[in-house]
Amino acid sequence: MKERPATIRFDSVSKSFGSRKVLDSLSLEIPRGKAYCILGRSGTGKSVTLKLMIGLLQPDSGQIYIGDRQISGMDSQDLAAVRKDMGFLFQNSALFDSISVGENVAFPLRRNGDDSEDEIREKVERTLEQLGLEKEYDKMPSELSGGMRKRAGLARVLVYEPSILLVDEPSAGLDPITSAEIDELLLNLKAENKVTLVVVTHNIPSARRIGDQLVMLRDGKIAAQGSPEDLEQSDDEFVSHFMTAQGGG
Amino acid sequence: MFGLRALREAFRPPFEFSEILRQTHSLGWLSTPLIALSGFSVGIVMSMHTRSSLERFGAESLIPAALAIAMIKETGPLVTGLLVSGRVGAGIGAELGGMRVTEQIDALEALAVDSFKYLVVTRLIACLIALPILTTVFNFAAITGGYLAETIISGMTLDLYYQRAFSSINFVDLIPATLKTMVFGFVIATVSSYLGYTTTGGAEGVGRASTRSVVFSSILLIIVNVVLVKTILFMFPGNQG
Repeated sequence: MKERPATIRFDSVSKSFGSRKVLDSLSLEIPRGKAYCILGRSGTGKSVTLKLMIGLLQPDSGQIYIGDRQISGMDSQDLAAVRKDMGFLFQNSALFDSISVGENVAFPLRRNGDDSEDEIREKVERTLEQLGLEKEYDKMPSELSGGMRKRAGLARVLVYEPSILLVDEPSAGLDPITSAEIDELLLNLKAENKVTLVVVTHNIPSARRIGDQLVMLRDGKIAAQGSPEDLEQSDDEFVSHFMTAQGGG
Repeated sequence: MFGLRALREAFRPPFEFSEILRQTHSLGWLSTPLIALSGFSVGIVMSMHTRSSLERFGAESLIPAALAIAMIKETGPLVTGLLVSGRVGAGIGAELGGMRVTEQIDALEALAVDSFKYLVVTRLIACLIALPILTTVFNFAAITGGYLAETIISGMTLDLYYQRAFSSINFVDLIPATLKTMVFGFVIATVSSYLGYTTTGGAEGVGRASTRSVVFSSILLIIVNVVLVKTILFMFPGNQG
């Protein structure tokens, strides 16, 4: 298993789109091996926060650290080196639709690894089997259901064993059973591989299952942070209401 | 700036050979049937028109040479460029636009891949390779189509037709006119890649990128052609006739 690096740290990070300020001097630290769930109403900057963590967006001000490396303003080659140890599961999986599921999963190994074709094939088959997709190797992404696409996206990330996994809305568009299966996969990852998990979700039951800590964003700042129980008992009416509004309590 | 960046990145490793090969197959080889069929049809039509004009002066024997000169010096490169801008420009605009709005380009970046290099530079190089070859295919198909039309009417043999066609073609006719299509390839690849790579606005944005890729690259290609023809005539004065 790889050595686990990295905490993730935001120091006074701000980000605006046009005149709309999405993050306002946000500071946050996520220790290694922990699972953090980021909550909040739509448009409060949850996905932006994830994209800032992996350098897909650059902050207007403030610093972002992965381990001891400051990634904001980093050049593309150094950023690529940092990203090799991070995984990002997109809301709609973002599978490459011109290649098969197996080729999608093999893609990061071919690009960034030095494994032989036989080793790549073996790793891809093993990862697909772990996720119950062993029969889908040769299928195209368009032939998969929503849940299968999500698992295939997860397989593409897990195959290279990142130490940090960023997950955007794992439950979006999935039925409750498939959603719970994805949660279980994420929990296993954290328990067995000591992966640092950052999950953006609207699904409170899912956040309660996965998260060691929940972070609630409001108006570009952290409105509340703590265990699920802490947030439910918050004096802030917005926070406690948000936690119970979806039957989370 | 986008095109210059693509050219600069083309000389920096990693060189993405397998993706360049894949794109050359997709953009070039798969365009061959369209180009060959179009060239063949244009050759037949041009031959018929040329005959109707030249037979008034009793100059039917000049038909092969007139057709070859017209094809190789201007019609072949320009029509090939416009056909490729329709097929390939729309394809690049739609494909990259689709990848942008479905976050596949972000996914490439998240997987530590330089998406600009992987998607844009490879398509640019594929177009630079494909256009001169496709132009040569078009010219050959057009001259062959011209032969077919001519032999049906006058019974001219293949040997005589090709001998007359190439009797007035030389190096300064063929090479600059064919190589200028690399500039057309640059225009098509950079315009359509830019519009696809920077797409916003979901499915509507993808459609817009695809349409604009064809329109803008075709217009720019026609304008650039004027400049290139003038430049070729200036650099190779023997190219006048």
